[in-house]
Amino acid sequence: MAAQMKPGQGALDYGSRLWLKILFGVIFFLLYAPIITLIAFSFNTDKRGIVWRGFTLNNYAKAWDNEALIEAMTNSLMIAFLATIIATILGALVALMLWRFRFPFKAGYEGFMALPIVIPEICMGVALLLFFINSGMMELSVHLPWPLNLGNIVIAHVSFCFPFVAVVVRSRLVGFNRQLEEASKDLGASEWQTFWQIIVPYMKPGLIAGALLAFTLSLDDFVITFFTSGPETVTFPVKVYSLVRRGVSPEINAASTVLIVITVVATVLAMKLQAPEKAGKG
Amino acid sequence: MENWKENPKVFWVLGLPPTFWLSAFFIIPLGFLFVMSFSDKAVIDGQVSITEYSYLTGISNYIRAFDSLYLTIIWKSIWVSALATALCLLTAYPIAFGICFAPNKWKPLLLLFVILPFWINLLIRTYALIAVFRTQGYVNLVLGTVGLGPYEMLYNNFAVIFGLVYVYMPFMVLPLYATIERLDKSFLEASLDLGASQFRTFLSVTVPLTMPGIISGVILVFIPCLGSFLTPDLLGGANAIMIGNVIERQFKSANDWPFGAALSFLLMYATFGALAIRSLIARRSKGVDI
Repeated sequence: MAAQMKPGQGALDYGSRLWLKILFGVIFFLLYAPIITLIAFSFNTDKRGIVWRGFTLNNYAKAWDNEALIEAMTNSLMIAFLATIIATILGALVALMLWRFRFPFKAGYEGFMALPIVIPEICMGVALLLFFINSGMMELSVHLPWPLNLGNIVIAHVSFCFPFVAVVVRSRLVGFNRQLEEASKDLGASEWQTFWQIIVPYMKPGLIAGALLAFTLSLDDFVITFFTSGPETVTFPVKVYSLVRRGVSPEINAASTVLIVITVVATVLAMKLQAPEKAGKG
Repeated sequence: MENWKENPKVFWVLGLPPTFWLSAFFIIPLGFLFVMSFSDKAVIDGQVSITEYSYLTGISNYIRAFDSLYLTIIWKSIWVSALATALCLLTAYPIAFGICFAPNKWKPLLLLFVILPFWINLLIRTYALIAVFRTQGYVNLVLGTVGLGPYEMLYNNFAVIFGLVYVYMPFMVLPLYATIERLDKSFLEASLDLGASQFRTFLSVTVPLTMPGIISGVILVFIPCLGSFLTPDLLGGANAIMIGNVIERQFKSANDWPFGAALSFLLMYATFGALAIRSLIARRSKGVDI
């Protein structure tokens, strides 16, 4: 980044100060070095994973053959998939309501919707644990076939994901030109037709961005899943947690790398969709 | 925006499902937790039951939370979080400042690079730190080549604080970036023209004008630090217990749910307190909301 900057020593030209560039470099190095080593050492042949001994894909093959790990990954993806669908619908409904209507105690309602975002994760985790056990849902889930036995975790994930979706979709709706809606109704379209043909197409980038956000949040969640998963169900982060407690192994590196790639791709996509539009796009 | 009475059917169709969901699967669970925090384990035939509770027996759990043992842990959680927050501020400020003064075409990319680690699984990032800092880790490997170490760098307060800074720093950069970006740069020019040094300008002009962002960032980092469980659990080991670990222990190995519930509520009150301070300050700074 530094090489491209224009030289100049104006008083406010902090961007080209050497000390700032060095500081930038150091902080970015600290931020990325652990992650990059983790990814690099997933390709390492050394079993203890300390010294670089050569390139291999064996760790990925081993992770792939590890049935417990694959089961955990399948569970995680299934949970994220189901939670994303429900959270996106609920989040879009909240966003539409807050965008369209004035109603009493609206500020209070917005605060209520923001609660799952601000509350410490561990508090939400233990509250849901208590709820699932006391309502008998924990007991019930043990006897259900896959993927219904993941129901409790899906419910928990939806609860903390959909307020985030609502925030994303609402920020998209703010830019909507309400005259389009009026025009549609003036031209004889019903409420329902206007919704599907005018509002939904406009919301679409927000919906996709919100869905991707919900997907990554769900896939990444450890704390809430740790408390709400029954003894029989394991998700990927919970599995990695139990492995990490036993020590470091290149197999975990390989599995982690796969998860990093999935979430980074989803995030970059979401950010692209959320970014202010360039001319000629949607 | 229309009044909900003009179109009540649409209003209810939109509003009911999410409100129902949040009430059923968030507020009611918190209600269970609230009741539990005022309960005790039932005593049946003179024996303390493991599974049965007698509900709403009093505030004994809250009183117990102020035992010197737990008070020490709460106090430690607060200062560990405060120190981590301060370090986040020290590292994030130059980053945010640098991004604001970087060429325009670089800004989105630099911001993306700051936020990206935040999207990588918390557990994986913590695991990556373990691999770097453990006794046979890379840092000790490098130190070993110059004849130093190996040092035990994990399982102490330093590791926890470093981990928290590493994990939550992006939270600090974003609000700082938003305020510095909006800062009218002519104030800085004026200060420099009038003879103040760069350092003086920074302290007397830049910092006061970006105070809303600083406060916002401090609170955004402090709250998750205070409630963190995973970082102290994996990096701190037995030596660095924070309040989140005590709560987890009550619900898992110690099996004292009422006490864990009371601690959870204390943690939530602390969180709400921090949020209240933030909105109070935001209101005073004339609607500059981050």
